[in-house]
Parts: sequence; structure tokens; C-alpha cells
Amino acid sequence: MDQYTLNLIVVGASFALYIGIAIWARAGTTAEFYAAGRGVHPVMNGMATAADWMSAASFISLAGIVAFAGYPASAYLMGWTGGYVLLALLLAPYLRKFGKFTVPEFIGDRFYSPTARLVAVVCLIIASTTYVIGQMTGAGVAFSRFLEVSNETGLYIGAAIVFMYAVLGGMKGITYTQVAQYVVLIIAYTIPAIFISLQLTGNPVPPLGLFSDYTPTGEPLLARLNEVVQDLGFNSYTAQDGSPLAVMNMVLFTLSLMIGTAGLPHVIIRFFTVPRVADARWSAGWALVFIALLYLTCPAVGAMARLNIIDTIYPNGTASEPISYEERPDWIRNWEVTGLITYEDKNGDGRIEYYNADNATFAAEAETRGWQGSELTVNNDILVLANPEIAQLPGWVIALIAAGGLAAALSTAAGLLLAISSAVSHDLIKATINPNISEKGELLAARISMAVAIAVATWLGLNPPGFAAQTVALAFGIAAATIFPALMMGIFFKRINDTGAVAGMLTGLIFTVVYIFMHKGWFFIPGTAQFPDTISDSLLGIQSTAIGSVGAILNFTVAFLVARSTKPTPEHIRELVESVRIPRGAGIAVDH
Amino acid sequence: MADRPNTAAQTDGTAYWKANLRLIYICLAIWGLVSFGFGILLRPLLSGIRVGGTDLGFWFAQQGSILVFLVLIFFYAWRMNKLDRDFGVDEE
Repeated sequence: MDQYTLNLIVVGASFALYIGIAIWARAGTTAEFYAAGRGVHPVMNGMATAADWMSAASFISLAGIVAFAGYPASAYLMGWTGGYVLLALLLAPYLRKFGKFTVPEFIGDRFYSPTARLVAVVCLIIASTTYVIGQMTGAGVAFSRFLEVSNETGLYIGAAIVFMYAVLGGMKGITYTQVAQYVVLIIAYTIPAIFISLQLTGNPVPPLGLFSDYTPTGEPLLARLNEVVQDLGFNSYTAQDGSPLAVMNMVLFTLSLMIGTAGLPHVIIRFFTVPRVADARWSAGWALVFIALLYLTCPAVGAMARLNIIDTIYPNGTASEPISYEERPDWIRNWEVTGLITYEDKNGDGRIEYYNADNATFAAEAETRGWQGSELTVNNDILVLANPEIAQLPGWVIALIAAGGLAAALSTAAGLLLAISSAVSHDLIKATINPNISEKGELLAARISMAVAIAVATWLGLNPPGFAAQTVALAFGIAAATIFPALMMGIFFKRINDTGAVAGMLTGLIFTVVYIFMHKGWFFIPGTAQFPDTISDSLLGIQSTAIGSVGAILNFTVAFLVARSTKPTPEHIRELVESVRIPRGAGIAVDH
Repeated sequence: MADRPNTAAQTDGTAYWKANLRLIYICLAIWGLVSFGFGILLRPLLSGIRVGGTDLGFWFAQQGSILVFLVLIFFYAWRMNKLDRDFGVDEE
């Protein structure tokens, strides 16, 4: 059986499973559609949250970024896990006690202001749509490879499937489907990693293999990796750029991802579905357990794949000649079809010279070797999917990873679309435009808004502002600067009133979005940026992915200053905050 | 809530919230120390401690901090659920 058929069978079987579960658990009432009737066990909820959370960015894109950036990419690893600490300590139990369906609902009630609710809806839609663009990018990569079509066609197919899938069921369908998706994606991620770790280090546990010795030479794997990448003019894999500006950017970026994690509506909404406040605390922990399984494997996958790629291209060591294009391995041939890996014979010798052509100090050596530019361009986002092929693992492992990548992209896209649709139908239409809308009408509005969100994300996904993980990082920046501060102040600072919260959210939103657009292009349309998105040339010396932290600080500051000079919070709101702070009585809050 | 909270319960509520905040401060201090501290800002100080071909700071940035985050969340959940019962504010 050829690889193509095998891919179709494995991916097809996984899809049949998800759709089967979605139909079986088809949503009935609106309460079920949004919050699964609040009857989900913490471990199950944690697993579903993990699937929801680990998107194409984590599964497909992250290890690629770690592989090619090395240490600086640790910001993603710490940021996307550290946010769960904030979620568990600062938000989840209180929002569960409050007991409403959506994030804007909490903001609207706590700040006793329909305007605050509306602003929260706008923030939520902008952050979630940006996030979906990143998912579409990842789904496009996955579909293009396993169906052997161009990246663009892959994207259209992905969009169609995400839409069908998200419209079929609400949260309940999604909760159980996502448990299945988690299982598929974690198996798909870890099996190739275990094989590769065994091949390179003899250690079957990838996170331990990363810090073990490289079997062929007996030196530590990371030391070996540092040598070969530096031989080709790349930066050392493990080294830290100690300049104050670089360190500041890494701190701000990590912080932005952390507070963005705690502010993203599709994750928070998960904690509305556990039975009790105590369970909300455990749920966050279980979610991180399941997330950590992938996040601890990820840096090993990245480092080992980088080493494998260089060893494939320079089979006799980096000092010898690279392989000729005619003898290129199958994985390069396969991925050339998608256009995500390209070869250009710049010096006409028929060999694949792969090195860092941007390194000025390496230029002299490249010249003496007769190299006229790096001839292989590899898109970061293919790394995880190509990994089993690079390591020459059996066909079923390759098919499995395609299924896993699609599971990751689909589950998150579905969760985000649910958050968008509930914001539009529940918070926008039912709360402000037409309070008398029927349940049926509300569901219809929810589905239409899903379709619109997918169309916009697909269109922008054709020219994404970055690799899947980078695009997603921008979404986190927006959530960090808007929703997280509002939620946290709502629970921890009684003095923050309606005007303060609205002013803070608007400041955070406008500042962050404008800064991102100035560096990534207005509305992400290519060619419309004013500043290059690098540390040295950006407007404030801060990259667009890190700016969310500054937006959040501005949000807090403005909210405090405005609240101080306007009317204090009324007594009944102070009592509401008091009641949110203690778990007792949460059962009553469920039925409303 | 149906009953008006009496003064004793209110004092209890304040004490409970204070205990919660203290726990949050401790957990967040550790959270920041392992990630922003050991993983980024203090990495040069830890460079003398070698771990598998690199240094301890790199380990914290790529693995250590994640493991500590896990411990922190479960520790907090366990302490808080106990605190809920001690102050009598847990769910029946």
C-alpha cells in the first residue's frame, strides 16, 4: 500500500470517529450548546481543554520554531504553559462561581455596563479571529502534504472541513470529540519522538533524550547540535543573546503569552463546564498535565529534527560536501509538491548547500567553499509533519502524524469558532440588538457568525502574517492586553468601576492592535506595514509578538487612574465581587 | 444569598480572602522565579551548573519551569480546597 492511501485511511478513520461522536452528542438546548450542561468531569475536561488549547500552533508549528531558533523559542514553551498558573490562581474558580455562559457576560455584569460587555465582545472577536488565521495556516500545511496538493488548495479543504465540523455540534459534541482528538494527537506526537530519541540517544523518553549523549559520537546531544549549526554559520542552539534589549523582548513576549493564555475566551469557557468551584481548580491542573506531555516532548523533537536535517544534507559531516540534488531523500521530494520546501542551485554544482547566508562572518568561509547562497529553503511549519519521514520511520507513523496535526487544528478552530459564535449570538444579538430572539434564532445566528469567521480567517490565511505559531502569538497579545486585565481587576479590585474598565480595555486594544498592524501590515494585508518587525528597527524596540504585555500594563494603569477619578463602584457590585470570591453557593449559580 | 451575612461571617470572609491572597503571592513568586528568573534573567548566573551539554538555565527555560508550574497548580488546588473547608466556605 502506498503512503497516499495509508494517509487517507488513517486520517479518514480519525475523522469518522470525531464526526460520529459529534452526531451522537448532538447539542439540543442552548445551555448544552454553550456549556455542555456543566456535567464534565475534571480529568475529561482537562483533556478536552488540552485538545482545545493545543492547536496547529503547538502541534505543527512550535517544534519547528524551537528547531530553527533554539533557546529564544523557550518563550513559547514557558508562555503557553505558565499561563495556566495564572488561570488556576486568578480566574478559573471565580468565573466558575460567577456561573455565566460567556466571558463578555461576566465583564458586562461585573462592570454593570452594556458598553463594557460590547467592548469585551469586540476584543474577543479580534483576538479569536487572529487565532483562527493561525489555525488555518497550520491546517493548510497539513492538508497540502497528506493530500499532495498545493498549500492553497489544502487551506480551502481545511476551511470546509472545519466549518462542517464546528457547525454540527456545540460544546457537548466538542467536549467528547476533543477528548478523542487529544488521544489521537498526543499519540501521533509522541510515537515519532520516541523512535527518534531512541535512534539518536538510545533513551526512549524524549525529554530525557534531549539532555543525553548522542550515540554516534558519545558527546551530549545539545553540544553536538551546537557544533554542527555553528559550522554552517547559524547561531549556537543553546546560547542566549544577553543584550538588554533582547532579554527585555524575551521577558515581555513570555509574559504576553502567559497572560494571553489566561485571557483567551475559548480556554476560559472550559472552566464554566465543571460541576464545582473546587473542580475548576483541579481542571486547570489536569489540563496542564495533558498539555505538558506535548510541551516537554516538543523541545526534544525540535533539537533532534534539526540535527537529523543537517545530518541528511551533510552525511559525511559539515566539513565535507553536501548531498547532490539528484540523491535527495524522499521527504524533500514529497514536500516539494507543497511548495513549502524549495531548492535553487545558485552555484550550479548540483549539490544542496544549506547554511546561514545572512551571517557576515561566515561569508568568507562560504566563498572559499564555492557557495553562492543557501540553496534550500525550509518552511518551519513542515518540521513536525516531515519529522517521521526525515527519520525514515514506517508509513503508518507518517499517516498518524497527519491525523494528529489535523486533530490539533480542527479541535482548536472549533473551540474558537464556538467562542466567536457565542459572543455574537449571546452577547451581541440577544443582549443588545434583539433580546426577544428565539432559541432557534440564536442558534442560527451562532452558525452564521461561525461561517463568517471562517471565511475571513481563510482569506487572511492565504497570506498569513507569520508561521502558524507566530500568528497565534499575536492573538495572545491582543487577549493579554484586553480581556485578562478586565477579568482580573473584576475579581481582585472592587474599586475598578464601569468607566475604568471600559477605558482600560479600549486603551489596551487600540494600542496593541495598532502596534501590531504597524509592524505586520494593516489588517494583516501584506506590504502595508510601517516598521520592520525586528528588535532593532521596530517602533519601540519591542517586537509585535511581545507588545501585548505593554498593552496589558497600559490597560491596568488607565483603568486605575480613571476609576480613581470617577464614581465609586455601587454597593450591590461590591457584594457581587464578595460572593464570587467564596466557593459556597456555586450550585445555585448553575441554574439561571 | 438569602441570609444577610453576620459580622462574624464577614470577618471570616476577610480572613479567608487574606489567606487566599497570601497563597497566591507565594505561588506567583515561585512561578516568576523559575520562568522569568532562572529561565531568562538569571540564566547567566546559573551558567556554571552544567546539564547535558548546556546549562541549568536552558533546562529551566525548556523543561524545568513547566514541571514547576504543574506542581504549583496542584499545590494551590489542594491548599485552597482545604482552606475552603477550614473556613466553612466550601460547596455543600
